Amino acid sequence: MQLDTSARPSIAGPNASELGGSIKAGSGKSFDRKNRLLFYNRFFKLACIASAVFVCLILFGILFLMFRTGVLTFRDVSPMTFFFSTDWTPEDDRYGAFVFIFGTFALTLLTLLISVPLSVVIAVFLAEVAPTWLRNLLRPVLDLLVGIPSVVYGFLGLTILIPLLRDITGTNMGDGILAAAIVLTIMVLPTISRVSDDAISAVPRKYRDASYALGATRFQTIFKVTIPAARSGILYGVILGMARAIGETMAVVMVIGNTPQLADALFKPTSVLTSNIVMQIANVPFDSTWNNALYMMGFLLLVISLLMIVLVRLLQRKGAHS
Amino acid sequence: MKNATGAARSPFSSGRGINSLNNRLFTAFVWSASAAMVLFILALLYLILQKGLPTLTWDFILGLPSEIEEGGGIGPALFNSFYMLLISLFIAVPLGMAAGIYLAEFAPDNKLIGFVRICVEGLASVPSIIFGLFGIALFVEMFQIGLTILGGAVSLAFLNLPVMTRVTEESIRAVPGELKQASFALGATHLQTIRRVLVPSAINGLVTGICLIAGRAFGESAVIILTAGVTTSGEMWDFNLLSPGETLAVHLWYVQSEAIVPDAVSISDKAAAVLVFVILLFNVLFRIPLWIKERRSR
Repeated sequence: MQLDTSARPSIAGPNASELGGSIKAGSGKSFDRKNRLLFYNRFFKLACIASAVFVCLILFGILFLMFRTGVLTFRDVSPMTFFFSTDWTPEDDRYGAFVFIFGTFALTLLTLLISVPLSVVIAVFLAEVAPTWLRNLLRPVLDLLVGIPSVVYGFLGLTILIPLLRDITGTNMGDGILAAAIVLTIMVLPTISRVSDDAISAVPRKYRDASYALGATRFQTIFKVTIPAARSGILYGVILGMARAIGETMAVVMVIGNTPQLADALFKPTSVLTSNIVMQIANVPFDSTWNNALYMMGFLLLVISLLMIVLVRLLQRKGAHS
Repeated sequence: MKNATGAARSPFSSGRGINSLNNRLFTAFVWSASAAMVLFILALLYLILQKGLPTLTWDFILGLPSEIEEGGGIGPALFNSFYMLLISLFIAVPLGMAAGIYLAEFAPDNKLIGFVRICVEGLASVPSIIFGLFGIALFVEMFQIGLTILGGAVSLAFLNLPVMTRVTEESIRAVPGELKQASFALGATHLQTIRRVLVPSAINGLVTGICLIAGRAFGESAVIILTAGVTTSGEMWDFNLLSPGETLAVHLWYVQSEAIVPDAVSISDKAAAVLVFVILLFNVLFRIPLWIKERRSR
């Protein structure tokens, strides 16, 4: 301590007798290194807090704007009509959105029906069956596929899938929820299978060893032990895929046919919430009921996707408890 | 005699019986199904590249689009794609990283922060078209600037912000605690620790995240159609933030479903190939240095 003060006699005053070290003592100027560092630290922290608040503000801004615009629909249309009528002819002031709500759910369900079994098979293959070199090759490839733009998938659906479906059915009908579901399957497959793959790989080795020690085959082990143990992770992947399928716009627009009629057949041009919004929003004035109804449909999508996040959270909490 | 041979065979031996048959069938099924799916998807991508890339010319890549005649290019659309990508990254990366660093480093562990995390996660799962609607309400209606590059880029940045936040938080959290404590023990302040230790150690995850959102911004179309429109200003190298900003992904959709040019098929084939090629290029260019770095540090 003595040595410290004598070595730097310029630091006179009350600070000098306290703990040494350049940062703690400071050099006496009003904006020295210590103050500067403290200032930067504080400023940086504030900037970080502001950014985090900003992200939350965007969410609330979106919720608020969508709700405020959407709810105006009900000035002119009763909620019963909006949610349960199948008659969407905005030109004649008839705004029944049931066709689109139903279409969205039907399309999502059909997509999951096709994609979940396939994805789980691929995940099992990646996590349990494939040799290491193939696994290390396929995982980055699947990650890459997640990044392919949706409009490219839509383009493929339009130019390859729909002519193919026309040939198969032998009619002029190719557009519809089956075509859209197949395109969406290809899109969500990498997502679901990679998340499930991680979940299956995370199952502790001892479970498998115990199962093999009981004389189970690999088939039995995977179905009776590994998949049940990775259940919540697989479900998480399925919900992520579902969120993507519900919100996907451009790939669906290109293959679904964009006609407001109920999707009660696989090959029948129809429309879903997202495709209807994107096809019509550009042509309507902002303050019209038509526009408000489109915003209400957007608000519905928003609510559905936020509900799914809550579901994921609950699942994770449940997983943490057990 | 028969019994004796039956008993002599070990109960653990496989090769017969319904279970092992199941097992083999299952293995064969998993192999073939996975191989079929993966090959199918890769074949689709190959098909896109193979249809479009061989006929590409610089005239097409840099040329102006045409509404009615043959031989239109994609120049302005491609330029807008990169221009908007850059603007949106300039907004989304710093803000997203700051928010992620706050959640990983500064945030106390309480209910409020838990709620903030749910907000970020919720925002990350909001369908892209909602950001488009939000962009219309914000830029077209509230600020009255119409369909512009600026509106599109900011909406894109909003779309990518939560993803960047989550990626940053996860990668910073994954840095071993010892590194951080060692830095503190050397007398570094929190900011110095974040700048010199945490971010460099987490760079792998961060770059992967930036690559992810760059690819997303480049290929996104729904947001752009709603906030930046389906036309370009018709000039090359138009840096004006207030011009309409059709991007390549939008152009692909537009040419395929709305345009009346006679060579729409060939244009969309080539545009799709360019789109996929650029996305693949992003991934390769960004990730190869990381792979090399990882190999070296091993």
